[in-house]
Amino acid sequence: MKVAVVRFPGSNCDADAWHAARDAGHDATYVWHRSTDLEGADVVVLPGGFSYGDYLRAGAIARFSPVMQAVAAHAGAGRPVLGICNGFQILCEAGLLPGALARNAGLSFVCRWVTIRVEATDTPFTASYRAGDRIRAPVAHGEGRFVADEATLDRLERERRVVFRYVGDNPNGALRDIAGITNEGRNVVGLMPHPERAMHALLGSADGAAVFALTAGT
Amino acid sequence: MRFRVRIRITPRVGILDPQGQAVEHALASLGFGGVGAVRVGRSIELALEAGTEAEAREAARRMCERLLANPVTEDFALDGVEPAA
Repeated sequence: MKVAVVRFPGSNCDADAWHAARDAGHDATYVWHRSTDLEGADVVVLPGGFSYGDYLRAGAIARFSPVMQAVAAHAGAGRPVLGICNGFQILCEAGLLPGALARNAGLSFVCRWVTIRVEATDTPFTASYRAGDRIRAPVAHGEGRFVADEATLDRLERERRVVFRYVGDNPNGALRDIAGITNEGRNVVGLMPHPERAMHALLGSADGAAVFALTAGT
Repeated sequence: MRFRVRIRITPRVGILDPQGQAVEHALASLGFGGVGAVRVGRSIELALEAGTEAEAREAARRMCERLLANPVTEDFALDGVEPAA
């Protein structure tokens, strides 16, 4: 599949995402945030980093980049979009996912390995996992505490749209231990941990590789 | 007409404000007793061309809704909308 990794000014996990897609056998390309089309991509990845220096709020300004209209159209057509860390923040700011990522409860920037559990396997990015699988992956963020009002949280739970949940160690105080969610159409997924940094056992974990498997039919 | 607009953005009540908590603890450790409910937000000032004060106010409100504040986590208030000197 053709995977487009969007680069914003301040993205810094773009190369990791690109390599993760390539390692999974896909044709990966970079798309600059000023671009107004996704060059025929099947799958879009919004990578981690600090787009626009996190000014105002993380993701608040990147959501107005020209490319985001194409990303919204791609998502609206039911095609896969993955937002990792800053990419998740951008998807929430853009309204493509509900809720928001607020300042970590402990105030400090967290940079460590965490364990998350796969809660839903009917998304393009979790189809290669089994429900309950545990993934070891790093987090690295200052604003990763998922928040939403109670009605939204209840709805996410009811519709099984919590895709990943922290196990044991919730690094940021996210409500209901939420590490990642999906949209109503289940084609847009955002998560705070970095599966693209958990691609090789040599680097600590290969648990993230299946996120990029993107098996046919998704 | 040119207006000066002052916008105050605060964490929504009920949303954990770790910055406010940290400042509250620091004030307590400095010996300032009886301090509570500290919330840390931000203030934005801008100059704006508009026909009337009501128009300036409306434009600022739309800026807050679309960009300056996140409706999930933050509240905003227009602290001042005054003709620029």
